Amino acid sequence: MSSLITMDDLSDEDIQEVLDAAERLLPVAKGDIHLPLLQGRILGNLFFEPSTRTRMSFETAMKRLGGEVVNLGAVASSSVVKGETLYDTIRMVDGYADIIALRHPRQGAAQYAADAAEVPIANGGDGAGHHPTQTMLDLFTIRQAHGRLDGLRVVMAGDLRYGRTVHSLAHALVRFNCELVFASPEGLKMPTEIVEDLEVHGAIILESDDLQNHIDDADVLYMTRIQKERFPDEDEYRKVAGSFSLSADNLTNVKEGMIVMHPLPRVDEISPDVDKTRHARYFEQAFNGVVTRMALLCRMLGVEVPAKIGGGA
Amino acid sequence: MSAPETSMRRVTAINNGTVIDHVPAGKALLVLKMLGLDGEMATPVSMVMNVPSKKMGGKDIIKVEDRELTQHELDRLALIAPNASVAIIRAYTVAEKRVINLGDEVVNVVYCTFANCASLGDREPLPHRMKVVSVEPLNLRCHYCGRPQDISELVENLL
Repeated sequence: MSSLITMDDLSDEDIQEVLDAAERLLPVAKGDIHLPLLQGRILGNLFFEPSTRTRMSFETAMKRLGGEVVNLGAVASSSVVKGETLYDTIRMVDGYADIIALRHPRQGAAQYAADAAEVPIANGGDGAGHHPTQTMLDLFTIRQAHGRLDGLRVVMAGDLRYGRTVHSLAHALVRFNCELVFASPEGLKMPTEIVEDLEVHGAIILESDDLQNHIDDADVLYMTRIQKERFPDEDEYRKVAGSFSLSADNLTNVKEGMIVMHPLPRVDEISPDVDKTRHARYFEQAFNGVVTRMALLCRMLGVEVPAKIGGGA
Repeated sequence: MSAPETSMRRVTAINNGTVIDHVPAGKALLVLKMLGLDGEMATPVSMVMNVPSKKMGGKDIIKVEDRELTQHELDRLALIAPNASVAIIRAYTVAEKRVINLGDEVVNVVYCTFANCASLGDREPLPHRMKVVSVEPLNLRCHYCGRPQDISELVENLL
């Protein structure tokens, strides 16, 4: 494959192959095995927006595989503030790196960059658009917990309107015949065009303004942060945020294998007492960002991940 | 005299130029705007609006004298009148019939209606590209941001 802009760039088979490769790379991601598959390759990290997990996990993924990373650094100290176009920035980094990871506030920036560049572009989030590498790590986490992606009941809760993470994930899960429950406050519902699009693709969707009633039947509970700035006043925010938060008490009757996920950062939506339950998966999920990005970097650079890694092979 | 013949004769025949027939009723002014024929111009333009049509119920007709519209101009026309018939007239006879065809993509005709699209940045040099999802009804999506385009807004975004 060349660039990864949306999940449409990966077939169902591709997804499973990348997840399989990611699984094999686990000991490399943990630093237990040294496997410099990407030695001599350079990743250009272009983050025009704040990012902790995505930027750092791309960097870690590249370095664990023996590659190098060059960073754009703070936008304020780059040529962007001098009025450089995205096109020019991309063309420049295109000459410095073998692959580019891009996050940009404008929707469509990743496709724009892919059209400008010779090297592959990995979309690390473009405005309210897509975030496919996050989706891949989410799928990895789900498959790791349940052993499959097919036919699961996935509850997505919180801010479903502005969160690109849940948009991309919902599209991917529909491909694996998952049942989706969208639980959100009225003003933060999943955008109608996305729900319609998912239904055209045969999705079974239940929309609700209540979270608690849907937890017990879930295989996956995907929490998201409700941002204060989306509400006209603090009281309204507190009322809504409170009904879309999770504590260990809410998990008494859930399925044994149910997992709680969150793209992080969290604020109040998951109480720290959930961390100690067997259901919490968000920190593993964050770690999985490294291993899935390792598999994606290899694939995008045309480097095969060995069928067997370590284990005295 | 049949209804279509009556419609055609509401305006006089032209010697040389372009006749655009089967424009959706009431859209002629929009077509003129799209083709840049709504301001000061050297060539005469005549039109009839809301005339009966067997095929469409009602339609508009536009006649542009002494100008043969280019294929690029016709591509723009396809956004609001995808089924229009276009005839190039030379010496009072139809010299050529042009086909309106949107194809799979509309390039550098309109810019995206989504204000936060990456293609709208100042001085960004790549072409403005719209994927044609369907013609009837017209459904376009921006190649870059993927947003479906509001066609009524889109005609305000002509390049």
